[in-house]
Amino acid sequence: MNVGEVDILVGLPTHNNAKTVGSIVHIIQSGILRGFPRERTVIINADGGSRDGTPELVTGVSIDDVRPSSNLYALRTLHSISTKYASSPPPTSGVAFRTILAAAELLRARACVMMSPESANIEPEWISKLLGPIYRDGFDLVAPTYRRHRFEGLLVTNLLYPMTRALYGLRIREAYSPEFGFSGRLGSQFLGQNVWNDGTEGAGVELRFTLAAITGRYRICQSFLGEKVHVERHAADLVPALRQTVGALFSSLEPDFPVWSVVTGSQPAPTTGADHEVLLEPLRVNRKRLREMFSTGVAELESVFQSILSPSTLAELQRIAGLGEGAFHYPAELWVRTVYEFAAAYRKSAISRDHIIQALAPLFRGRVFTFLMENRDASADDVENNIEGLCLEFERLKPYLLQLWKSRE
Amino acid sequence: MREMIISELSQALHEIARGFAHFLPRLIVMLILAAVGWVFAYVAKVVLRSILRLIKFDKLSENAGASQLLTKAALPSATEMLSRFVFWVAWLGFILLGVSVLGILGLQEQVTRFFLFLPRLFVAMFIMFFGLLAASFFSRAALLAAVNANVPSPRVLSLAVRSIIIVFVLSIVFEELGLAEQTMLVAFGIAFGALMLGLAIAFGMGGRDLARRFLEKKIVRGKKDENDDELSPL
Repeated sequence: MNVGEVDILVGLPTHNNAKTVGSIVHIIQSGILRGFPRERTVIINADGGSRDGTPELVTGVSIDDVRPSSNLYALRTLHSISTKYASSPPPTSGVAFRTILAAAELLRARACVMMSPESANIEPEWISKLLGPIYRDGFDLVAPTYRRHRFEGLLVTNLLYPMTRALYGLRIREAYSPEFGFSGRLGSQFLGQNVWNDGTEGAGVELRFTLAAITGRYRICQSFLGEKVHVERHAADLVPALRQTVGALFSSLEPDFPVWSVVTGSQPAPTTGADHEVLLEPLRVNRKRLREMFSTGVAELESVFQSILSPSTLAELQRIAGLGEGAFHYPAELWVRTVYEFAAAYRKSAISRDHIIQALAPLFRGRVFTFLMENRDASADDVENNIEGLCLEFERLKPYLLQLWKSRE
Repeated sequence: MREMIISELSQALHEIARGFAHFLPRLIVMLILAAVGWVFAYVAKVVLRSILRLIKFDKLSENAGASQLLTKAALPSATEMLSRFVFWVAWLGFILLGVSVLGILGLQEQVTRFFLFLPRLFVAMFIMFFGLLAASFFSRAALLAAVNANVPSPRVLSLAVRSIIIVFVLSIVFEELGLAEQTMLVAFGIAFGALMLGLAIAFGMGGRDLARRFLEKKIVRGKKDENDDELSPL
């Protein structure tokens, strides 16, 4: 299919998403018709070898299905193209993203947006919210913000957001998100970077993309999308999630050292709508299991932690691991020191880097337990204050990371 | 009679003197070879030690678990051990070369056998080192996976993985060295078989509940897993 040049490109990475992809494409088309009827648009589906007919569903969705219900008309053709990318199983989001970036560069797209086929509550307005600031206001990256339950996304609130904010100096709430908008020039610049050849196959590419935008001094803003509802994830997903996010963050620290080492404090990013919203309804959580897994991890992985943590941090962790459920408390300062020492050990490759990331999982569970206890009866403001307190702790202890970094050079 | 004795004695002394005169240059050559060998071995030791320090061999050895073994045996670091080993092998090689110059019957064959054995010794050491490295890596991987999956007794699992790999590596090393091949084969078979049987019984007895939960989860739809009460990290 000859598409020529386009104004807008919508990227949709898929792998066996037949259940949801049809409705997602409908919503994307509806969003384009509402917000950008005059623009030349293409939907690029990068598929990782689906066996459930996902690519056929993407290309088979007709824009005529959208028009009668919404009374909307496109003044330009809207193409849907599906391409299969080569990847050793399992398919990675990095390879899909690279395929979409290459297509964007080839088609000279001005503005692009990535959409997730797993978002359960995507709305047509999301397209305008993510593309508008780029297409009309000249921003280069639009990161989403969501309405979340106070106990959802705890890896984001307890590590990713505070650490990226403290190190890179910009308050991006969702630096790792499957939905975001970006300019063609940022996409082209990132496509030429070395992240694709560092042996990680672009793992955690969404986070690396955000960090590349910050270090490249591109114009970044946030846009509130609404409630985030995604496919249910269980505890077994924690280690892959750590690899995708914390692994990507730690591996970015070394090349980005000249940037983050001179940053002090943090600045808010321009935001359309709320920069966060918190849901407070009760949620059933197995807290006992979290604490037990922390204590077991600290006891069983002592030999591993000796290669990663300082003796004082390890001793303190062993002390709190022996506390009962009522007295257990993993303080923010100790958590920050733990994370920074892990980052330094990752840089030094004290042991296998993947093992370092895996060793963080039981400690994260301990921190989650404390977060749950601290915010059990908290209001939305209290939860936000606690997160802000943790962020400030990450910023306050940043010299400690610099000291670790320099001492291990 | 007397003249005959003197003549025989003087002839014997001449023979000894001629033999010694014939042997002396060879002895000097041997001593020179030993001295040159010492210098060569010393230089090789210093160069190797520098290279090993440069590539942080001690760190690698620590990861392989070899350093812990050396420390327990009150031996020097892995870098120092390997450097000294190379020094002695090189010097011994030169000394044996010198001995072969002496032309003493019977020693020639031993010297040849020593030089033929050297490559096998190096290969065996290579296999042993990387075997220990692999054992350390995979036992730690098993430990981390078991802890994160909340499997009971993760250290036992990790130790089992390490033991299996080390037993396997040792059998290869002994085979490579050609030491008691038959004995090692039988010992390996017995040890490996016993280990597997032990593991089978241990997993069978200890893993009943795990297997039951796994099957219930897979077969009985809708049964809640204890993980269901955990939170989404992202």
